[in-house]
Order: sequence, then structure tokens, then C-alpha cells
Amino acid sequence: MSATVHPESVPELKEPGRWRRYVVTAGFLAPAAVMLGVWVVYPTIYTAWRSLYDRSGDNFIWFDNYKTIFTTDILVTAVKNNALWVAVVPAFVTAIGLIFGVLTEKISWSVAFKTAVFMPMAISLFAAGVIWRIMDQKEPERGTVNAMIGVVSDWVNPPGPLPSAFSASPTLTGSDSQGFTLRRPVAPGGTALMPLTGIPPEDVPAGAEQAVQPEPQSGGITGVVWRDFKPGGGTIGKVEPQELGLPGVTVELLDSGGAQVRSTTTDPDGTFAFEKLAPGAYRAKIGAQTFQAPFEGIAWLGPSLITPAAMIAYIWVWAGFAMVVIAAGLAAIPRDTLEAARTDGATEWQVFRRVTVPLLAPVLSVVFITMLINVLKVFDIILSVAPGSVQDDANVIALAMWRTSFGGVNDFGLGSAIAVFLFLLVIPILLLNVRRFRREV
Amino acid sequence: MTRFRLVVIGVCIAALAATAAATASQASHAKQSKREAVSGSVSIIGIWTGPEQKRFQAVLDGFQKLYPNVKAKYTSGGDNTPTILATAIQGGNPPDLASIGQPGLLRDFANQGSIKPIQFARATAARNYTPDWIKLGTVKGKLYGLFFKGANKSTVWYSTSAFKAAGAKPPKTWPALLSAANTIRASGTPAFSIGAADGWTLTDLFENIYLRQAGPARYDQLTAHTIPWTHPTVKAALKTMASVLASNNMYGGTSGALQTDFPTSVNNVWAKPPKAGMVIEADFVPGVATTKAAAIKDYNVFEFPSIGGSKPSVVGAGDIVVMFKDSPASRALVTYLASPAAATIAAKYAPGYSSPNKNVKPSAYSDVLNRATAIQLAHARTFRFDLSDLQPSAFGGTVGQGEFKLFQDFVKNPSDVNGIAAQLEAAAKKAYK
Repeated sequence: MSATVHPESVPELKEPGRWRRYVVTAGFLAPAAVMLGVWVVYPTIYTAWRSLYDRSGDNFIWFDNYKTIFTTDILVTAVKNNALWVAVVPAFVTAIGLIFGVLTEKISWSVAFKTAVFMPMAISLFAAGVIWRIMDQKEPERGTVNAMIGVVSDWVNPPGPLPSAFSASPTLTGSDSQGFTLRRPVAPGGTALMPLTGIPPEDVPAGAEQAVQPEPQSGGITGVVWRDFKPGGGTIGKVEPQELGLPGVTVELLDSGGAQVRSTTTDPDGTFAFEKLAPGAYRAKIGAQTFQAPFEGIAWLGPSLITPAAMIAYIWVWAGFAMVVIAAGLAAIPRDTLEAARTDGATEWQVFRRVTVPLLAPVLSVVFITMLINVLKVFDIILSVAPGSVQDDANVIALAMWRTSFGGVNDFGLGSAIAVFLFLLVIPILLLNVRRFRREV
Repeated sequence: MTRFRLVVIGVCIAALAATAAATASQASHAKQSKREAVSGSVSIIGIWTGPEQKRFQAVLDGFQKLYPNVKAKYTSGGDNTPTILATAIQGGNPPDLASIGQPGLLRDFANQGSIKPIQFARATAARNYTPDWIKLGTVKGKLYGLFFKGANKSTVWYSTSAFKAAGAKPPKTWPALLSAANTIRASGTPAFSIGAADGWTLTDLFENIYLRQAGPARYDQLTAHTIPWTHPTVKAALKTMASVLASNNMYGGTSGALQTDFPTSVNNVWAKPPKAGMVIEADFVPGVATTKAAAIKDYNVFEFPSIGGSKPSVVGAGDIVVMFKDSPASRALVTYLASPAAATIAAKYAPGYSSPNKNVKPSAYSDVLNRATAIQLAHARTFRFDLSDLQPSAFGGTVGQGEFKLFQDFVKNPSDVNGIAAQLEAAAKKAYK
């Protein structure tokens, strides 16, 4: 504009203006450029360069590190697990975020709900991993998750009075899950000695008394169930002083065909009696429910469940992010479109399927792609959830890179090569995202 | 003897003593001023954290009383110390001194030339350590590492109440150990608590068995990998080890043991009532327990039992002080750490420390059990360093790999002796390449 007013002053005005603009632009860019240069550009280039050197960093070995990656099993589990993460986690996070996002529109206390779901985002991923590692402990008395499962499981299968007991002598055969049966049949007038062992003193039922050798009874079977142990061991299969009877144990009497004839419970001294029996051969049995162990816990942190366990922790953290972004997208959907659909007689499900989701598609894809990139480089959650012993089973590419470089092997060359490999894997998704940004602009 | 002669002798002795005292005090004055002449600062990065760090700080305080003009600063690197040091060396800025846990790393550093020999402390070390310890710190004939802290790994800790309830006695031989285990199990308490989630507890168990069953000569050969892991002696040791690892012998069974980390395995034995009878681990066991229990009354210790009539032997480990930068201040501190004075401060500070220094007086250890295991360590005739710590770290020192991982696989399936031996050999070969 000014050029038309003062044509003669244009060169003088324009020159310093352009320069000043360059300087100002450069001045504003400089801090960011320096940061990017020092913390992104230089490390990236140096990593690529370092990946061409051996472990000590003294010898240039061309692409031998890359050859190692693809010819040994160093990355096999890692690539498999990474594929699993990519297949499962972004979809789950997006789906859960969508469900929560839609839910928060319908409920009145949505702020409280949103805050609760979003809370994990405020914790560092590593800390979240530590929390889940503690909750995933195997022993129900230590791990929250197993404690909760244990409450249900012990309610369905109540633990028996003698969970850790087992047979003391070969005359009593069976197992904890089948119950224990006397090997030899007993005829009326005979006695049944049923020695058990492996019972900690605190598990001995209250009111237990010194075990008593049962008196034979004509026409009936008498017997004793007792803790066949005294300090030092004692003689196995013999009722001795200091050995306690086990009261309240259910003893079943089976006929020769294995069908139950009668059942009874033992007295404080461990004895029991079946009176007035028909002649024949009988077997005495202590049923499996006596030995039913309390819930022992699922090994969430064991080799087979560690990847799902880490995924759950990760989804727990990121669901809040997805929910907030999707909820924002939902709020931007024009209400009249939804109203129009409802007026046309669409059910709520149809509105959701045919109107809400298509309109939300751009937001959903942002969430999905962000998660895709995050999941490809997933690292800290696995390091913190997985104990050292199962890190091999939970391995992913980024973790393999870290463990190779810093985990004791200290091979920076090979580690850098893995880092470059991971970088190349992320690039296509990155390009996809950049292209989408451009389109949006 | 006449009274006169007695008096003369008495006078002479008194005179001599006075002169000696005078020279001594002169010498100590001279020494003190020499110490004051040393100035500068020493930075130390080490593996000691928490109470261990406080203990070492007490030692440094003792050092600074002697050398008031030297500033010593300790930074804890924890388990990541090797990584921190490797990075610092690459970056060209290592600390003056460092403490590390692996002689293998000491060898690597010495061969790379990143640490300096400490020959100046050799005489002091020779006075205070048994030859096995000096040998372990020596690379190519030069002393590079000084063991400041030792660990006696040939100990088995037990719950006295579990033993009492079972009527078992601390066993001296392997068969006696197994029969005690059976009795304890029959009394209703699993015999062992195995912290198999940490692979190193398993390698320690194997090494104790191997040193006793195959002998020190074979132990050295296996350490140097001049015999393969498929050697009959290794397989025999694995078979012996399997008798401990039966699922019903361990608290939580096989799957529970694999989920149990070392501190938990100790707490299981310390618990009231005990969840398990014994934990087979080193002298540092009481230090990691968070469950309160009293020594001797609640828990006690016995030496790892003899196998096939083996003589008393100790498998151990230790933390090594190495020097990256040579300076008078560094030298002063290294020499100080080799002295009984430094080790005595560390021993007195709190129980849970064993000095390899044989001139530390037993009275320095306040705790009876600590004293017993420490003396057993410092005076051991047959002492062998923890074998896995002497391996290339990819094989013997990396969590989730090599020995740690394969011994965990062995816990999962203790009958697969041949398979595990073959896998160990394959992994060792790869690491030694």
C-alpha cells in the first residue's frame, strides 16, 4: 500500500524491513531450532552413524549390525509382541474412549466420571506400570487383582479345612484333587487308619485331641484320621503320643463298586465309626472338598500373561486421553443432524452407528493413529510392569533396543541399529499423519 | 636375678618404651602433616544405595577426619552403575573412583585401559587380604581392583520355629538337608522359599553345589569355560539341584517360586508363622527382610552343607573399588579403603556388612550371626568368586538372559537336565565369541 504513496522510498523501506523480518523470524525460531538440533537432529544422525560401528565403537563394520538383527532371534519375540500391541491396543483404546465419550454425554455426573477416567493421564506411564505391577502380584494377599478374583473364586469353591494336607503313607492313595482313599478294602470288624501329614500347626482344627488307635467293633468299621506327625517325624502310619486327631473331617464309606454307602465326621480325637454294616469289602475315603485349596492367584506377571497385563495397564492410562478427545469431537457434532435422524424414526443404536460414528470418523482416526505411533514405540510400561525374569517374553522393539544398549550387554552399535529399524517402522505412519495435517490445513 | 638387675632392666625397658613412644608420636605427627598435605577432591560412583550408601558415607567421614583437605563425594548409581560408567567413559568424563560388583567388568575396564592400576596399594592389600582376593583384583600381573565389601554366599538361613515345630536340626551334609526338608514339609511348612523371580538366587545355589560336588579345580575350569556346560560334572550338579526344586518342596510351588523375588523369599521365612523353613542365600539375607524378626530367637543360619564329604568352602562375591583418575587424593582414599580402619568403621556401622579384610577384629561386628559369616568369609581356605559374576555379562549378568533365564527354565522343568545343560553351553559359547 505504502509503495503507491511513496514510490521513491520503496527500496529503503523494503530492504531493512525484509532483513528485520528475517532476523525476527530467526530469533523466534532459534530456541526451538537449537533444541531440536541438540535433542532430535544430532542424536538421530549420530544413532544412524553409530549403528555402523561395532560394540566398542572403534571399528566400522558397515551393515553387520543390521545383518545381526535379521539373522538372529534377537528381535523375533519383540516383533511378534509389537505386532500384537499394534493389533490390539489402538483399537481397544479408541473403542473404550468412544464408549466412555458417548456415555459421558448421557449421564448427569459426567464431570466426576471424566475426571476419574482421565486421572491416569496425570501419572507418568512408568508410575502407572509400577502400580499395576503391584496390583498384579500372584499372591492374593499381595495383589489387588488376584484378591478380587479370589473373593469370587473362594465363594464358588469354598476352601476345605485341610488345604495343604497330603497322605503320610502309601496305604492312603490319591491326590488333593481326587481325595484320598485307603488302598486296602476293610471288612466290618476291621479298622481304617487314615494318616495325613503336611498340616501346619495353625491349620489343625480347634479342639483337636490326642489321636486314639480305634477299637475294632463287630459288624462295623472304626477308624481314625490324624495328623501323623510329631517333631522329628515319628513313625509313619502309627498313632503315637503327641500326634493329634483331626476333628470334623468328612469320611465317606464306599462299597466295592465305588458308590458311597455312608458318610460321617470325625470326633475330636480323630476317630469315626460306621456301625451295623452288611458284610462285604468297603473302602474309606476322605473327599476332595476337604483338601480344596484357597485361590492361589493367577500369575499375571508370568511369561504367558505378561503381555496382556502390560496392555491392560497401558489401556487404563490412555483410555482417558481417547475419551476426552472423542468427547470434544462429540460436542462439535451438529445437534440438528442427530435430531433429524431421530425424527425420521432411527433408533438410538442406528443414530450412533449411522450418524455419530461417521461424523466422528476424523476424530477417531486421530486417536487411532496417535495410539498406533505410541504403541509402536511402547517401552516404559513394559519395563515397569514386567519383572526382569519375563522381560524376554514381554519384549518389544524399543525394549530390545534399550536392553541391548544398556541392559548389561552394553552393545551401543547393535542397539543403535535396532533404534534405526524402529525409526523406519514408524516413518510410514508418521507420513500418514503429516499428510492428514496438511489436508486439514 | 638380683633386685639391682631387675631395676636396670626395668629402667631400660621404660627408657626404650619412652623412646618408642616419642618416635611413634613423631611419626604419627609426620604422618598427619603428610596427610594434610594431600588435597583435592575425589568423586566416587558406586553400586551402594540406601543403608549401604549411608554406611559408605560413614567410611568417607572417617577418611576425611584423617585427610581434612580432601573432599570425597559419593554418588549412588545403583544397579545401573556399569551402564553409567560405560556411558561416562564414552563421554570422556568418568569419576575418579567407582565401586562395581563384577570382576568381569574390572577385567574389561583394565583391558580397555580405562582404569588405572593401583599397585601403590598392593602392600597394604597383601597385609590385609587372603591371596584369593588379591588374585581376583589382579589383571595381567597388576592390581586394579580392591575388594571393599564381601558377601558370603555359602549360607542357609532358617526359621527356628519351623525347625523346632518339625524337630529338625541344622544339617551338615546334603542328605541331612534333604531329610530335614522332608520333615519340615511333613510338619506342614514348605521346606524352601526360593526367590526364583531373580535368576541370580538360582545361579548361587548351583555354584554352591558345583563347588562342593565337582571341586575347586573343576569350578575354575567351568569359570574359564575350558570345560563345557554339558560336562558330566555340570549335569550331576544340576541333578543334585533338582532335588531342592521339587514343586512340593518350595513355598508356592513351582509357579509361585518363579513369581517370588528375593526380598519376598526372605520375608516368607521370617514371617510368623513361617511360610517356609529355609532360604538358601547369602549373608546379606537379614538386611533385606522387612518382616521384623530377632536373630537366633526367630532365625538362624548354617553353612551350606557339605556334599560327598567336601571340605568347608565358600562361594562369595564382592564389591570392587577401581580407579579411573590417578591423583594423590584418589590414592589416599584407595589406600585408606584397604586398611582395617576403614573396614572396621563399615562393620561397626550396622550389621549386614562383611569385610574381606582379615585384620578386622571379630568384635567390630555387633551382630553374632554377621560376625560368624564374615569371619568364615575373610578366612576361608577355599574361596571362589560367584561364577556367574565372572562370566561375560550377556551370559552371567543380564536379567532375563543367559544363565539367569536358563536356570529359571530349569526351575520350570527340573527333570530336563540335558536340555538345560545344552542350552547353557550354547548361550555361553555365544557370549564367549
